[in-house]
Amino acid sequence: MDEGGAHPAAEDDDGEGSGMNVFVEALAWLFSPERLEGSYSLPVLLGQHLLFTIVSVLIAAVIALPAGWLIGHTGRGREVAVAISGAARAIPSFGLMVLLVLLLGVLRIPEAAIITFVLLAIPSLLAGAYTGLEAIDRRVLDAARAMGMTEWQVFTRVELPLGLPLLVGGLRSALLQVIATVTIAAYVNLGGLGWPIIQGIPLRRFDQVLGGAILVAALALIVDLLLAAAQHAAVPAGLRAPRTRRRRATAPAPASA
Amino acid sequence: MFTARKSRLALAAGTALAAALVLAGCASSNPLDTPSDSSSGSGDGDTIVIGSQAYYSNEIIAEIYAQALENAGFTVDRQFSIGQRDAYMPDVESGAIDLFPEYTGNLLEYLDDSTTATSPDDVYAALQDALPDGLTALDYAEASDQDTYTVLKSFADENGLKTIADLSKVTTPVTIGAAPEFEQRPYGPAAAKEVYGVDLAFSATGETTLESLLAGTIQVADIYSADPAFQTEDIVALEDPENIILASNVVPIASSDVADEIADVINAVSAKLTTEELVSLNVQSTVDQKSAEDIAKAWLSDQGLV
Repeated sequence: MDEGGAHPAAEDDDGEGSGMNVFVEALAWLFSPERLEGSYSLPVLLGQHLLFTIVSVLIAAVIALPAGWLIGHTGRGREVAVAISGAARAIPSFGLMVLLVLLLGVLRIPEAAIITFVLLAIPSLLAGAYTGLEAIDRRVLDAARAMGMTEWQVFTRVELPLGLPLLVGGLRSALLQVIATVTIAAYVNLGGLGWPIIQGIPLRRFDQVLGGAILVAALALIVDLLLAAAQHAAVPAGLRAPRTRRRRATAPAPASA
Repeated sequence: MFTARKSRLALAAGTALAAALVLAGCASSNPLDTPSDSSSGSGDGDTIVIGSQAYYSNEIIAEIYAQALENAGFTVDRQFSIGQRDAYMPDVESGAIDLFPEYTGNLLEYLDDSTTATSPDDVYAALQDALPDGLTALDYAEASDQDTYTVLKSFADENGLKTIADLSKVTTPVTIGAAPEFEQRPYGPAAAKEVYGVDLAFSATGETTLESLLAGTIQVADIYSADPAFQTEDIVALEDPENIILASNVVPIASSDVADEIADVINAVSAKLTTEELVSLNVQSTVDQKSAEDIAKAWLSDQGLV
């Protein structure tokens, strides 16, 4: 087929409006009752989008968290982790996904996409895990060992809780990147919130394109807010900055003998 | 780790980079413009400027026009692989390009999206009306490069399929794969339901449409009618007797001031260009990896046009 390029829609093509006009049309498209019908309804697309996001981040967590904790706990392998994280962030997700679809074949398209999203999520989760552990004061760990805790107990009772805020921060970063990137899944027929964008561009229906983009942005913002709250809640009670009284600089007077 | 010297170096490098980016941004060339190595443009004297899309099949047709005109004594300036319509139409309309191989249906859709014409003659007539003054459509060729409802030959034989309507005979669910926008096109699955009464599920297979058809994940595929696969694979396009599909035949679009001079040569080429011929030209490019020049030369001599 020749280079289609411009195929104006048969019904309405108001794509040439001014900036504000297109935004209003996008909202109209978004809230139209048709968005709840058919095999490409918004709830279905949202579900697909979330499914790919959650599955990919879970798999990435299974790979990255134990590795990050091992690096953070033993203090070894940090340079390798930093190098891999850095390199992995530079991968062009779209190119990788298309390449994997070509290599794995049309029967393995979901797998190809998930591999791409997993590789994208690993750096943030890895960093969240090992920086969380690295940030812990060594004296706290000494104290724990001095109390007789085994390494495993040090890890589960001291390092994990103290490293949780940074870990949740890494999770937040990974989720945001993956949510934004799962938009490309629509290009290989996997649905998701990228579908209105992928279909709207050749049809030149820019209200549809903008509507899809708004949805992805809204989802990302909501998830970001939820995780910001989670990050705040993840700080162990003992570490929270006291709101009112400062601690007394000196110990209280011992009970008189 | 960060000495004062390193900081200054980094700052200098950063400033240089920023300056380079700002200067690049100040360059006034429009990336969508056609390449500026074109000669003065409009066809004065004997020089005919021929353009083509960034689509290998379109380039072969443009090369055929070019060699046919050169053989007839014209000087030809080739401006191939320009891009999509948004990029080249302004130059075609202004006369900077004299001749462009186009497709009746797609160009009509671009110029007038409210058109209801679908048969080859109707589309050609509507196109002639829709073309701006200064452009002429020469004779259209039988060769088409349009959407189809294509199935595997084995599938067609098993179910006795000849036309799109016959798809109702299939007892198992039928899915059609195509580019994402096909779902909303006036000749998409909704039209198949309305006109032929066929229920089709849709799968946005896009670039993987042919592979999906061969792998069996879809039963019907929108394979464009000039695709080399029609020669290399066992597939067959279903007939469309009600003409729901927008016909899109190869048509030379010429500037009106040169149209008369070149009409004879180009119309002779169009007369010999059937869909089958176009498919074999495409096969030579994709399978045999021949250059547009070689393909054009061989075809013109085989057809007795040079």
